[in-house]
Amino acid sequence: MSLLSDAELAQVRELLAGMTAPVVLRYYTQTLECDTCADTRRILDLLAGASDRITVEEHNLVLEREAAAAAGVDRAPTIIVLGAGADGALRDDGVRFVGAPLGYEFTALLDAILLVSHGEADLSEASRRLLAAVTSPMTLQVFTTPT
Amino acid sequence: MSLANRMAVANPHVTAIAVEVSEYPDLARKYRVRGVPMTVVDDQVEILGALPEDTFVAQAVQLRTQPSPGA
Repeated sequence: MSLLSDAELAQVRELLAGMTAPVVLRYYTQTLECDTCADTRRILDLLAGASDRITVEEHNLVLEREAAAAAGVDRAPTIIVLGAGADGALRDDGVRFVGAPLGYEFTALLDAILLVSHGEADLSEASRRLLAAVTSPMTLQVFTTPT
Repeated sequence: MSLANRMAVANPHVTAIAVEVSEYPDLARKYRVRGVPMTVVDDQVEILGALPEDTFVAQAVQLRTQPSPGA
């Protein structure tokens, strides 16, 4: 079964046409005990097929546990949205998704791809001033559901 | 668009992790998730619901930087 209808896929392509720079989706998966890893891979493949500016980079959480831990990843599926410079260098803006990007989270992932591609956050001056006070690591875990 | 993601892009010290909580009941229990969206800042401060930008950023930054009682 297709994940999206033809009309939905056309909408996704149109949205992603607004990307200004390439994005790499670094995807941590595992073979066993991951009910949603296969669906996640299908979604990522769909996105990569919808824009030539999106690349999927797959890693195995079990086989590459040390590298995953260094990136703060301890669950599969996890997706890290990385910006890619013209020289191919990757930039980690600290945008991650844990769990399958289904339903609402699919839209959130699309937004995150566009945001990282642009590399510029649309925030008010007041918010920027407040944020400037953050000079040590800060983690925001946003709990959501697909609906 | 997710405010947490925008904060992450705007400040290199900030990491935003979107967690699909129905997949991870252990995390729902650990953080006592009572509704969504719920944001947990540095494993300590909770922000429940979708708030306007200025309010959300202020709560995330100011509650985090307040010294704990007796500190």
